[in-house]
Amino acid sequence: MPLTKRIIPCLDIKDGQTVKGINFLNIRAVGDPVELGSRYAQMGADELVFLDITATHEKRKTLSDLVTRIAHHINIPFTVGGGISSVSDVSTLLQAGADKISVNSAAVRNPKLIEELALQFGSQCVVLAVDTKFVNGEWIVFLNGGRIPTEIRTLEWVQNAVDLGAGEILLTSMDHDGTKNGFAIDLTREVSESVNVPVIASGGAGKMEHFVDVFNQGKADAALAAGIFHYGEIELPALKQFLYDKGIEVRR
Amino acid sequence: MNIVIIKYNAGNIRSVLFALERLGYNAEVTDDPALIRKADKVIFPGVGEASTAMNYLQKHDLDHVIRSLKQPVLGICLGMQLLCRFSEENQTNCLGIIDQPIKRFPSLGMKIPQIGWNDIYGLKGPIFQQVPEHSYVYFVHGFYAPLSEYTIASANYMVSYSAALQQDNFFAVQFHPEKSGVVGEQILTNFLQL
Repeated sequence: MPLTKRIIPCLDIKDGQTVKGINFLNIRAVGDPVELGSRYAQMGADELVFLDITATHEKRKTLSDLVTRIAHHINIPFTVGGGISSVSDVSTLLQAGADKISVNSAAVRNPKLIEELALQFGSQCVVLAVDTKFVNGEWIVFLNGGRIPTEIRTLEWVQNAVDLGAGEILLTSMDHDGTKNGFAIDLTREVSESVNVPVIASGGAGKMEHFVDVFNQGKADAALAAGIFHYGEIELPALKQFLYDKGIEVRR
Repeated sequence: MNIVIIKYNAGNIRSVLFALERLGYNAEVTDDPALIRKADKVIFPGVGEASTAMNYLQKHDLDHVIRSLKQPVLGICLGMQLLCRFSEENQTNCLGIIDQPIKRFPSLGMKIPQIGWNDIYGLKGPIFQQVPEHSYVYFVHGFYAPLSEYTIASANYMVSYSAALQQDNFFAVQFHPEKSGVVGEQILTNFLQL
């Protein structure tokens, strides 16, 4: 049997609470991250992602004690991101119990960071997170939690980052995030077919069919979602069963 | 029980430590040869690159220590590969405890490294007791051990390969039991109860 497609609940953290927004705005609290994280692990999540969404903006470091509390409770892989800009930031988070880290804005500003991290910790540890938006007919990279546009084309940046040593891509469409209208299928497929590392699709999950589409048409290796899991709109075991019934290999 | 996790410059040691704590065991993380030698169980974790890790082990004389161990040893991921003879990752001579080469996955259009949950089968021996055939476990690796007489679990990613190996008291798993849900916890428990 082939490698399974992964379902990854995401905990967006602000001030120690799990939050959720729409198109990166109108953010509100949805619960305790330690409780949510262990519940998802028990219910069959394949991995957990923790993003400190205000870290870069407020020039704060991710709360490593919260990382430790979550890591203590979960028996699945755990990726942490938010405000990471140096080798020592990553050391701290791995020490705290993270398995992988994700870099975003700091890597765009200083691409050598990816190279340094890959050398020090291995590519398997380095997830490149990209927030992107369709502007004037092109997918463009945005920085600082979607606040600052760049002139960098998403596909070019992703390929560059993989050449530098990124081991996985976490691709978030800001246009789709929180809309529940489905993932950015074309974008995901384009990125997935252009690199030889796994691509995690993010933004737009609303129905179980959306996951089928992003795996079959979007060629994603994993799909990330937050709101639908936090609000109990889709339960992980039911989603896994649905995907299995559609012929998609999943861990059940 | 006295459990030791070998401390060196590779690995997600903290994840292994937390997994043991969830199972109700405490472990000491150390590079002290005396403590490693007298432990009841030794865990040799690892995430990283083979030649850098081997250099570190040799510099700290841990290569001799590991070879001399008579108690149950569990190598995980890179730890498993380092227990073998030779790795194609930067053409590295490894510890040579399990007489197997470590090969690079072929480029057959699939993504490398393999990252994610894959199933294991052909499960043999004490560490797989009560683990169902075709259980899913979490892998992250770009190199693999071929199937051989040392294979105690198999997996398939482009090629069929060893998901686990055993040579006497040396057990070795390519996947991460500390990150493989309840299946991984069963395997760790089995090892600790040897």
